[in-house]
This record gives sequence, C-alpha cells and structure tokens, in this order.
Amino acid sequence: MRNLLIFITKYNAFFLFIIFEVSALIIYIKYNSFQKATFINSTNQVTGNMYQQVGQLKKYLYLQDVNDSLARENANLRNQLKTSFYVDSAAKHKVVDTVYKQQYQYIDAAVINNSVNRRNNYITINKGSRAGIAKGMGVICPQGVVGKVVLVGEHFSIVQSLLHKETIISASLAGSKDLGSFVWSDDMNPRHGLLYDVSNSATPKLGEWVVTSDLSLWPTGIPIGKISNLHSKTAKGSFLNMDVTIAVDFSKLKYVYVVNNKLAAEQLGLEAQEKKDE
Amino acid sequence: MSRTIITNILRFLALVFTQVFLLKNISLYNLSTPYFYILFILLLPFETPNILLFALSFILGLTIDAFYDTPGLHTTACVLLAFVRILFISITVQKEGFDNEPEPTLSNMGFRWFFTYTLILTLFHHFFLFMLEVFRFSEIQYILGRALLSSIFTLFLILISGLISYKSKERK
Repeated sequence: MRNLLIFITKYNAFFLFIIFEVSALIIYIKYNSFQKATFINSTNQVTGNMYQQVGQLKKYLYLQDVNDSLARENANLRNQLKTSFYVDSAAKHKVVDTVYKQQYQYIDAAVINNSVNRRNNYITINKGSRAGIAKGMGVICPQGVVGKVVLVGEHFSIVQSLLHKETIISASLAGSKDLGSFVWSDDMNPRHGLLYDVSNSATPKLGEWVVTSDLSLWPTGIPIGKISNLHSKTAKGSFLNMDVTIAVDFSKLKYVYVVNNKLAAEQLGLEAQEKKDE
Repeated sequence: MSRTIITNILRFLALVFTQVFLLKNISLYNLSTPYFYILFILLLPFETPNILLFALSFILGLTIDAFYDTPGLHTTACVLLAFVRILFISITVQKEGFDNEPEPTLSNMGFRWFFTYTLILTLFHHFFLFMLEVFRFSEIQYILGRALLSSIFTLFLILISGLISYKSKERK
C-alpha cells in the first residue's frame, strides 16, 4: 500500500493529467451535440452581454454599409406598395380579403457574434424567447439565407450558420425549379457552396440563381447564391453537381430577420401523424 | 509571491480578451488561425505545483470555450498542453536552476530553449485541438495542414511578444 502511494506521488503529473483530461473529455463529449449545451456558451448572461458591448462598438464601423443595404431594401419594399402602382380601373372597392392569411412573420435582430473561419460557424443574435424566437426557425437577411436557430435563451439566440458542416438546405434552381441539396463547400471558403443531387434532366445555366425550395424551412424563393461552375470538382452524389457563389457576405453580416412560420406547427404535426400511421 | 499572482491574473485576462475579441476574427486564407492564449500556460512559473498547473489550464480552456461555443474542446487541448509542459521542463531544465530564473520567458531562458519549448508545445496543442474538432481520420490532410499553418502563426505571435517584453540580463 505504501509503495503504491509512493508510486502515485512520484508520477503525480501523469495521474493528475488523466483525471483532468478525462473530465474535460466528458464535458466535450456530453455537450458535443451542441443543442444540449445549456451553460457554457454565448447565450449566458455574462458572455452574451460582453459580446453585445463589443458588437455595439463594431456597429458604428459598419453604419455606411448598413445604411446602403437598408435604403436598397426600402426601395424594394416601396416598389411593392399598392400606392406605387397605377390603378387601371375606374372604380375602387375596398375588399376585406380572407383569402390571404399571414403565414410568415419576420422578427428583426442584430448580429452580436459571428465567425466565418471555423469548421462549424455559429452566429449569436440579440433577440431570444422574449421576442418570440423558437428553436428551428429560419434566419434570412436582405441578401439571402443565413441559417437556422438552434438554441434560444431569454435575450439571445444562437443560429447555425450556412457555413456549417452539418447544414444541408433543400434548394432549387430559380428558373426550372429543379430540386437539389445545398451544402457549404469543402475548401472552407465563406463564399463557396455546392449544389448537388440535381436531376440529370435539369439544364442549369451559369449565373442562374439558386433559391430555397418549397420543402425547406425558409419561405420559398429566398436566394442562396449564383451558379459559378456547372461541373464541380468536389463531386458529391451521383447526379449533377455545381459550384455556387453564396449571395450573403457572412463577414459583414450585421442585421438579420428571423422567420416565424405560423403554419409550421400544423404542418409538422400532420407529418408526424402520417409517419405514425405508416 | 503576491506579485507573481497579480501578474498572472492580469496576463490571464489580457490574453483571454485579446483572443476572444481580436484574434478570433483573424484568419489567413481561412486556414491559419492563431491561438495566442496558450502563452498563459507557457509562462507560468517553474515552481507551480502540478495540480495548480492543471487546474489553471482547465479554467483557461473552459473560459475560452465559453466564448467559442465549444464546451470541452479547448479545455481538453489545454490540459494536454499542461502535461506536455511538465514533461518537457522535467527533461530539459535542471532542478537547481529554479531559484534565479522563476519564469520560462524568452529573456530568462534564451532564444534557443524558448523557441524549442514554444514550438513543441504549440504543435501538440494545435494538432490535438484540430483533431478533436474534426473527430475523424479521413480528413487527416486537413487536420495536419491547418494545425501546422496555425502553429506557425501562433509561434510568430508568441516570439514577437517575447521580444517586446525582452529584458537583458545586465539591466537586472
């Protein structure tokens, strides 16, 4: 027994190493599925607030760009207003329209923490469950798709960015509506993506827009990027592959919209029931 | 003694803040990202008890993880770094040398020793960090490339910081 104790004290560095390393690995593996992490991440109050302070400072540096993009978007929206159309009929009626029911609601949020140079990138935004954000909602910005919400705190949420090894988006070609899957490209360039599993009968063109499909989490037709090369070198799947230039510049991302699909619960409920019946 | 503690606390805070708010946003060609914060573990005094060394590495890793949203990843790599540090120092440094040279800085230990020390420890830390992050062997090329390029960046920063705080022995 005494010899054992001497042995342990002599090689104490090794035994301490084992103890600490095992506890660190347990933390890593237990919280590896990111959604389970509850405490050690940037939604907690301390780190979240610090990021917010620094984020406010950074905002000033980007005011010019943000103003430009807001002005552009305002112009776009103004174009869609009823008042900007010439009414080509003699009489006007006011009709209470019950055909349309609002399906998508947009919640604006500011980006307070963002990265583009890691393998799995996450974005922290400054709105949480209090603003009505829930897990699984899509996130977009004026230029296109940003990601989806994976973790919600009271005042902050974490968004799994498009630049994430596990993000796969159901996409389609803007013209022909051919379906495919979109992933971030393997070379870790924040502007490159890959569209694969497009059926062989499709005729994609260079420069054609790739948008979200009807099957995705986001509203239909939100841009993802433009086709930059019809035959990708990093082939995936057995159908057509093409390189895509991502529309959003993630390194300059400042403001995003969280999309609340009001009919999502109904749809998911039905689909779950269908699976049960099978 | 209390001066050493205060210096190290300040160094801890300064390095964490630099890493999280400045270096986190820097990358060269999306391949090389510096992890400068490991300098804190490298510069702890020689006489730090092993258990304190491990505990400090654990806390440092956990702090960085909280900001990087990767619970446990940096912690694991930092604990490994502490272990490699103990081995390296026990092999290369004589026990009697501890009295007049309390900290393994560039000015105390000389360029050659400090360079080897930093190089080996940084390589261990970065290689382990990227391997754990990717967690599969099929992308070994990516792991090696990234670890190597990032190590060069980190090594560069650490040597620069060593040269900035260089104190020549005559002045002491």
